[in-house]
Amino acid sequence: MDAQHGDTGNAARPVLEAPDIARVLTRIAHEIVERAKGADDVVLLGIPTRGVFLARRLADKLEEITGRKTPVGSLDITMYRDDLRLRPARALARTDIPGEGIEGSLVVLVDDVLFSGRTIRAALDALGDIGRPRAVQLAVLVDRGHRELPIRADYVGKNLPTSLRETVKVQLAEEDGRDAVLLGVKQAAPADAQ
Amino acid sequence: MSKIIIRGARILGGEPQDVLIDGETITEVGTGLDAEGATVIEAEGQILLPGLVDLHTHLREPGREDSETVLTGTKAAAVGGFTAVHAMANTFPVADTAGVVEQVWRLGKESGYCDVQPVGAVTVGLEGKKLAELGAMHDSAAGVKVFSDDGKCVDDAVIMRRALEYVKAFDGVVAQHAQEPRLTEGAQMNEGIVSAELGLGGWPAVAEESIIARDVLLAAHVGSRVHICHLSTAGSVEIVRWAKSKGWNVTAEVTPHHLLLTDELVRTYNPVYKVNPPLRTEADVLALREALADGTIDCVATDHAPHPHEDKDCEWAAAAMGMVGLETALSVVQQTMVDTGLIDWAGVADRMSFRPAAIGRLEGHGRPVSAGEPANLTLVDPAYRGAVDPAGFASRSRNTPYEGRELPGRVTHTFLRGRATVVDGKLA
Amino acid sequence: MKRHLISAADLTRDDAVLILDTAEEMARVADRPIKKLPTLRGRTVVNLFFEDSTRTRISFEAAAKRLSADVINFSAKGSSVSKGESLKDTALTLEAMGADAVVIRHGASGAPYRLATSGWIDGAVVNAGDGTHEHPTQALLDAFTMRRRLVGPDAGLGRDLDGRRITVVGDILHSRVARSNVHLLTTLGAHVTLVAPPTLVPVGVEQWPCDVSYSLDDVLAKSDAVMMLRVQRERMNAAYFPTEREYSRRYGLDGERMAKMPEHAVVMHPGPMVRGMEITAEVADSDRCTVVEQVANGVSIRMAVLYLLLGGSDTALSAAPARTEENK
Repeated sequence: MDAQHGDTGNAARPVLEAPDIARVLTRIAHEIVERAKGADDVVLLGIPTRGVFLARRLADKLEEITGRKTPVGSLDITMYRDDLRLRPARALARTDIPGEGIEGSLVVLVDDVLFSGRTIRAALDALGDIGRPRAVQLAVLVDRGHRELPIRADYVGKNLPTSLRETVKVQLAEEDGRDAVLLGVKQAAPADAQ
Repeated sequence: MSKIIIRGARILGGEPQDVLIDGETITEVGTGLDAEGATVIEAEGQILLPGLVDLHTHLREPGREDSETVLTGTKAAAVGGFTAVHAMANTFPVADTAGVVEQVWRLGKESGYCDVQPVGAVTVGLEGKKLAELGAMHDSAAGVKVFSDDGKCVDDAVIMRRALEYVKAFDGVVAQHAQEPRLTEGAQMNEGIVSAELGLGGWPAVAEESIIARDVLLAAHVGSRVHICHLSTAGSVEIVRWAKSKGWNVTAEVTPHHLLLTDELVRTYNPVYKVNPPLRTEADVLALREALADGTIDCVATDHAPHPHEDKDCEWAAAAMGMVGLETALSVVQQTMVDTGLIDWAGVADRMSFRPAAIGRLEGHGRPVSAGEPANLTLVDPAYRGAVDPAGFASRSRNTPYEGRELPGRVTHTFLRGRATVVDGKLA
Repeated sequence: MKRHLISAADLTRDDAVLILDTAEEMARVADRPIKKLPTLRGRTVVNLFFEDSTRTRISFEAAAKRLSADVINFSAKGSSVSKGESLKDTALTLEAMGADAVVIRHGASGAPYRLATSGWIDGAVVNAGDGTHEHPTQALLDAFTMRRRLVGPDAGLGRDLDGRRITVVGDILHSRVARSNVHLLTTLGAHVTLVAPPTLVPVGVEQWPCDVSYSLDDVLAKSDAVMMLRVQRERMNAAYFPTEREYSRRYGLDGERMAKMPEHAVVMHPGPMVRGMEITAEVADSDRCTVVEQVANGVSIRMAVLYLLLGGSDTALSAAPARTEENK
């Protein structure tokens, strides 16, 4: 979730640039339409912070493809994390469920990086307290491996094999002023949370 | 009893001299003294004072031996350099009869560490309604001269007037605990900026000042002397100063803690700072120091008020009021009055020995350090610096507000009629 | 200090806004089918109430339960000051039970501070009202209610109360609510005016960061919120004011006075109200009166406070001393 705060140092090099990101999002949108058979019951829920921006971009792409608005919201998973006691209490982000709700719909969770899978585990728990979707799928911009739970993504922008010494930093224009995915080497400093 | 020579001490802070004690008496003061077989105490750099006299001590016996006894209290007094203390009357039973004051007096004799002069209650049971047998207490073996309902105010103006008049018959004095009861209902601390913030019941200065004003007028009216206990506000100082300017027979005491501590400390809600009268403001502290220096306030009295640990290890409102003070009094006076240049060591002798003994009409104490006088003496090392450690107290109680605070000066020796009660800072 | 919530004065502006923002998220949970979060699972919150206050206790209880904490209610009314079991022994008992947080209501000012600083217990201490000192969560829920009503858009998320004019009316002298509100509202940038008869204003108030007025009518037109405090009838017997009738004539809020307030202004009351004394039924039941909202907001605020104090290895409130798992 908040791995992006980790400084990737000078060694960080871009593995995806803005046009790449736009392209993979378009591809994911098409895949969603294809697999959801028209995507008319899809609800996109982004996981704050960057997952929300990605979800909104995907919603725009889906509208281009289907001509319909896709409900998009945000799902903060902070209070469902399993590592709460390892760090100071965190500020909460917004949970915003579209007015239509998620009952019986196809929820596509959207996040920037898939790593240990713990964030998604928390998101599934959070979702369970909000309603009962028909199905839940997962879309991520980058899958960097190193899963600690039996979780996989349905839609992946880029599979990026990494070592644990490396960091993956996603930058999005809405938050960071530019679009990029950066691969760097972890500094001696503690805690890359991803 | 053997001979003792105190060599090179500065008597009342003056030039170094030797003092020869033979038996219970000072026999010679001079330089280069020598005596066959005398114990010599090298006291270079130290100050020799007359034994300190406390006009206001709570020894708690009888009744609250869990907090202090006459024995432990007089040990604490000796460690603090005192050779005489006035034991307050608010014991259980109250010292309002000849029987009780004689009991306390006898316990003091037996302790051997310090003379104990019992104070008699003004009214039966400290209830402020009916005069206690003041004459009987005076005529008893205890020879009571000071009467006080301390802990409670003699708030009835008629009772106060009668007491002031009555004790004239035997040159007694009423020591008033000035606290208007209605104005201090539910009071927890000085009323002002800090009490407003902390939400603790306010104890207005006027509750003290209004009683003092009334009593100095009463004393003037009936031509008696009155003594004001633990004066704590700048306004009280002004009233006493005015009364003295009129030539009225008014004396007053201040406690060491009111010379040093302020109500800002209450922000910790730590009940070691809970005391009656309450800690006041910085302006009050400065006014009290000035008044002690210029003689408006006659003397320092400890209001040594021991309490068991559990009575302070609780929330503020539930805690008992009072602080122990015998063992730290002289150090606090040195810090606030001597080291600040307000008074010299002769002034300390005056405020902590001569004056309180004179107010209490106490014989054999508060005498000059000269040949022929009883050897009640206190030797102080003013250069000493050390943090207060309650664990080392001779008192049975530990409720000091100075724990861990560095204070100057230390009593190295105390002599009660020629016998050392304290040697090298330790009980003999 | 920030391991605990003892005084509203301990909160920085950023702390306070963080608590309000967090409460805003907590409030949304109340709209869900499952009004429960797993966040404090396995944590124990003790409600230690030395005074009766069912309203405050159930508010804290609901807050802790919605966060899945285990809740122990310990009613110790009158036990300490009246020389039963001491506060210390009660605290040691709770410590032995493994309380992660103690929510304490006590009749003695400073009791929560003593609990937090005496070394008797290790957990976080939340002041739920101490004597006539403070009631910080009440002030927080008041600020939260004001921000929702007076600061938009998006319920004022991320914003403070900059420039809002808040009038607090009633028994300031004995009010822990007033003390906490003066600190908190000022920290949040509001301008506070206290209104009371002079007998019910503490000596020393001149040092508080607020104005004092003896006339309610003078300040109504300049108020964005008017907070009425309960006035206990017993005060009359201690000569704080002559009669109830005179009190309500001079300091009570009725429809006529309410009409002098700006149109957007709200009427607040921490409850319980004494209708006919400080507030008339007409005002209490009007939709400008936020009493019921305040109660609902109380749960959200207390969830936020419990979460920020207990929801991690360390408090989220600023200036907390560094605390590791080892020394916790």
